[in-house]
Amino acid sequence: MNTRRTAKVIYAIWYREQVRFFRDKSRWLGLIIQPLLYLVLVGVGIASSMTFRGAAGGANVSYLTFMYPGIVGMSVLFTAIFSGVGIIWDREFGFLKEVLVAPVPRWAVAIGKSLGIATTVLLQAAILLILAPIAHVQLSVGSALGVLGVCALVGFSLGSLGIAIASRMQSMEGFQFVMNVLVMPMFFLSGALFPLTGLPVWLSALAHIDPLTYGIDALRNVIYVGGQAARVLVQYSIGVDLLVVAALAALLVLLGAWAFQTQP
Amino acid sequence: MTPEGMRAKGTTPGATTMHGATAGTATTTQRATVQGPAARTVATPAGPAAGTGPAASRAGAGPAIRVDGLTKKFGDFTAVDAISFDVRYGEIFGFLGPNGAGKTTTIRMLATLMPPSSGRAVLNGFDVVHQQVKVRESIGLVFQDNSLDDRLSANENLYFHALMYDMPAAEFEPRVREVLSMVDLLDRRHAIVRTFSGGMRRRLEIARGLLHHPAVLFLDEPTVGLDPQTRAAIWEHVKRLRDGFGVTVFMTTHYMDEAENCDRIAIIDHGHIVALGSPEELKASVGEDIMSVGAADPQALAPAIAARYGVEVNQGPDGLRFDVKDGAAFIPRLTADFPGQIRSVSVHRPTLDDVFLQLTGRAIRDEEASGLDQMRMHARAWGGGRR
Repeated sequence: MNTRRTAKVIYAIWYREQVRFFRDKSRWLGLIIQPLLYLVLVGVGIASSMTFRGAAGGANVSYLTFMYPGIVGMSVLFTAIFSGVGIIWDREFGFLKEVLVAPVPRWAVAIGKSLGIATTVLLQAAILLILAPIAHVQLSVGSALGVLGVCALVGFSLGSLGIAIASRMQSMEGFQFVMNVLVMPMFFLSGALFPLTGLPVWLSALAHIDPLTYGIDALRNVIYVGGQAARVLVQYSIGVDLLVVAALAALLVLLGAWAFQTQP
Repeated sequence: MTPEGMRAKGTTPGATTMHGATAGTATTTQRATVQGPAARTVATPAGPAAGTGPAASRAGAGPAIRVDGLTKKFGDFTAVDAISFDVRYGEIFGFLGPNGAGKTTTIRMLATLMPPSSGRAVLNGFDVVHQQVKVRESIGLVFQDNSLDDRLSANENLYFHALMYDMPAAEFEPRVREVLSMVDLLDRRHAIVRTFSGGMRRRLEIARGLLHHPAVLFLDEPTVGLDPQTRAAIWEHVKRLRDGFGVTVFMTTHYMDEAENCDRIAIIDHGHIVALGSPEELKASVGEDIMSVGAADPQALAPAIAARYGVEVNQGPDGLRFDVKDGAAFIPRLTADFPGQIRSVSVHRPTLDDVFLQLTGRAIRDEEASGLDQMRMHARAWGGGRR
């Protein structure tokens, strides 16, 4: 199977992903409404009833400002995992058969899907940039581009993870299970909603093995760059974050491709 | 052409079996030859050179499919038990049997979706185990249940297919027009598949299966769940494919009446091929045609017919009944021999139901599961095979 042929397969899968995404207007709406709900209802609710002690050292950072990168990360997490697990829907509705009987390597299909998901996530992130003023976050062009880049990379990783899971799942029944044991803990432990400083040791340990932690920390790094918040709210340097995120992307895309290739 | 093929051709002037390049005779018992010209008129399938449309891409000079001792076991259960047969290029080959007989399992093995437990299958000259990509490039598959993306338009589904099968970009437009007009969907080209009826979807799947000009098109129960009108239309299309594209069609069905449309049929039961031949041959193997004759004076005519043709004549409520070899050809003779004495003649030909009944001791209808059971069995066959 030569390179041109493989590229064509990857493009075919990517193309379909985009056509479906652009056609589904309700998905567009959902992409904005869900993060908006978290920011406005959860964020404003928590901010107005509790004092935000996370920004120690006298930094004047509001909870909403803190939460904004977390909400972007959350949206990326949900979209990427759901899109990857969407393979189960393809199995359920039959389209997967068309893909599986084609004279193409399956790993190329998985990579095409991961790239398609990364593109979707990129578009979503672009939309979420519009919500920044609500959280009193001011973005430079550089920061905005940084957010897009990090989101695409994290989306690529988590999409691949979703593909790997879906490749081993025969029906929709396992979906709720994945939500409960994987996606929600990843979200809660990632530092999206609360800072990871001063946590009990066991919780902190779990947070540090959560891949999303590094993605959201990378987002905070690029969003707060140079400002006061950057010094008090991030865990690691941008270098460490990007290294972890990139390593995960490489690892998970291999996992996804392998799982899809060898699926029953 | 083998001597046997020549002989068969010589004795079956009206039958559909022999045409063109190959005469690979199946290893399974090939039954009786047809007596006299067949009553049912069937268009002779287009040979390799006779097709007017674009030829399907073929490789090699052997049969389109050669199956030798193919077996599939699931644990202790043998779903397909050492079957052997050949399918010739350009014919419509039917796999007929009740649900659970092993039809879908066989298709899955031939389409490289499931490895055989033992035995061998060569499709378009390529081994289904060792040359999977070549086999997949040679086939089009139309599944019993949906495999379209219903959020995409017909055109987008076809475009996706073209990319996956590495079709040259310049060929996309003419081929889309070609396959969509073949199934009468050209005017719905840019409509979203979700708005299509069941029959339209099935036709689109067939069009898609042909887009890359496969040598062999697999149709797994292509008419199940469709209304009679749509079923007839699908058959119309399948025959046009054979005649226009010269494509080899391998299809499964559990509808006996539909199997009549095939050039040759293998009847499969419990994983075994119990009979193989043209519908005419199979029916001829069961017995003769039953004549029902309405007479002006049955009492007088009955002994006269019995004496003249040496047959046993019974008097039934609908007239005189007796068996002859080729009822349709017999009618003119009968009316000429007894002018003015015959009011009506009808011929009951043995059906494939009768064939199945005789071979298995059961009627295939008894085996038919409810629609829901069928879906379940199907889902199991497609989904649960490779653990």
